Amino acid sequence: MIEGITKAFSLIAGLDLELLSIIFLSLRVSGLALVIAACAGLALGAIVSFSRFPARGLVITLMNTFMGLPPVVAGLFLYLILSRSGPLGFMGLLYSPSAMVIAQSILAFPIVASLSHSAIVNVDPIIKQASQTLGATPFQTSLNVMREARYGIMSGVIAAFGRAVSEVGAILVVGGNLAGYTRVMTTTIALETDKGNFELAIALGIILIMLSLIINGFLHAVQRKGMVKTTV
Amino acid sequence: MSLGLNAINICKSYNGRSVLKDCSVSLDSGGIYTLMGANGSGKSTFLRICALLEQPDKGEINYLSDPPFCPPLSEVESRGESTGRVTSENTILRNDMGLKRRMTLVLPGVGIFNTTVLKNVAYGLKIRGINSPAAEEKADKALEFVGLLHKKNHAALTLSSGEAQRLGIARAIVIGPEVLFLDEPTASVDQENTEIIEDIILNLRKDKMTTVIIATHDISQAERLAGAALVMRNGKITGKAF
Repeated sequence: MIEGITKAFSLIAGLDLELLSIIFLSLRVSGLALVIAACAGLALGAIVSFSRFPARGLVITLMNTFMGLPPVVAGLFLYLILSRSGPLGFMGLLYSPSAMVIAQSILAFPIVASLSHSAIVNVDPIIKQASQTLGATPFQTSLNVMREARYGIMSGVIAAFGRAVSEVGAILVVGGNLAGYTRVMTTTIALETDKGNFELAIALGIILIMLSLIINGFLHAVQRKGMVKTTV
Repeated sequence: MSLGLNAINICKSYNGRSVLKDCSVSLDSGGIYTLMGANGSGKSTFLRICALLEQPDKGEINYLSDPPFCPPLSEVESRGESTGRVTSENTILRNDMGLKRRMTLVLPGVGIFNTTVLKNVAYGLKIRGINSPAAEEKADKALEFVGLLHKKNHAALTLSSGEAQRLGIARAIVIGPEVLFLDEPTASVDQENTEIIEDIILNLRKDKMTTVIIATHDISQAERLAGAALVMRNGKITGKAF
C-alpha cells in the first residue's frame, strides 16, 4: 500500500498525461452537468417557492425524494431511454460523455432545486414586504428574495457539484468506462482497483479527496459569509 | 407635487376577526399626520391598506393629485396616461404600479437587505431603472440626510436598531415619495436615535412636499411631530386629537 501511495504521488507530481486527461474529462462532465442542473434546479426551486399551483406539494415531495435517488437506478432508467431500442436511442448518446452529463444532471438537479427552494422560503417575509414597499414589481421582488437567499442557493449548487463529481454508478452504466473517451476519476478508481493497479486509483482518490476538501472549504466560506452579525 | 389621501369606509378581517371597521379619513397633501392607538388597534393594517400593499375587504382608497389635474380627460387618455377619475376639483388617481411607486411605507422591522448600507438605499432607484452611479449619488445624499453617510460601505445587518430605522427612512426618501408612511418608527429605538429620527421627520416636512403619516402609540411623540393626530381604537378611527 505504501508503495502504491508513493507511486501515486509521483504520478501526480509528474503530471502524468493519462491522469490529467481523466481529471480534465471528469471536471468537464461534472461542470457541464452542474450548469444544466443549476439552471433547471434554480428555476424549479424558484417556481415552487413563489407560485401556488395544485400539484405544488407533490412537486416539493418529489424534489426532496429525488435528492436521495440511487445513482445506479438513475443510470438504469437513463440506459433504457438512451439504448438503441429506447425512445431516445436514435440520438446515439449511449456510452458517450453526453450521456454521462445527462446522468449527472439528473442526480444534481433535485439537490439544487430542493436546497434552493429551502433557502428561498426561509428568507424573512419582511424582505418581500420591504421590496414591495419600495415599489418593486412581483418579478423584482422575487429576484430580491432570491438575492437574499444567495448563500443557501450557492450551498445547494456546491453540494450538487460534490454529488456529480463523486458519482460512479450511473455514469458507469451509461458511459461504459471507455478508456480515453468516457473514463472519469470515479470509474477509473473502480476499474483500476478491480485490476489491482492501485497507483492510479490512489492518485485519483487523493485528487478526489482534495477536490472534496476544496468544495467543502468553499461551502464553509460561503455559509460563514452569509452569517453576518445582526447587532453591533 | 404631493398627494392627498381619501379613505372611505375601509373594512378588513383576518380569519373572521374584524381588524378594521369602516375607517374613513381625508388627509390633505403635504402635512404630517399621526395615527395613534394601542398595539392591536389596527394601525399597521390601515397603513398597509393606505400604502396600497393590501386590498381592503370593503371600502375605497383614493389618492388625489394636487394641484388639480388640468388637461381635459380626452387629451390625457389620448396620450395613454394613467388618469383615474377626474372630478371638478381634482383627479382621483388609478390604483396601479405607477401610483404605488409614488408612496412608500417604512416597516417596523425595516427589512434590511443583506448587503451594504449604500446598496440598500440605492435599491429603490435601481428598480426604477436609474443607473448605478446616479443611484449611488442620490443614495449618498439620502444617507447624509439621516446621518449615516459614514457607514455607507458597512454591512447593513451590522447596524444598531436605531441606525437600521434611519436606514429604512433613507431608503424610503431617496425615491422621493409623495406620501411616506412610517409604522412605529421609534418603537425599538433608544432615546438618542428617537430624537434623531424625529428631527429627520421634521426636516423632511421642511425640505420636501411630502405627506407623512406616522403610526405611533406615543402621544407625546405625536404632539411633537404632527399638526393633526387620528386616534384608532379597536379597528375604528374614533376621533382627532390636537
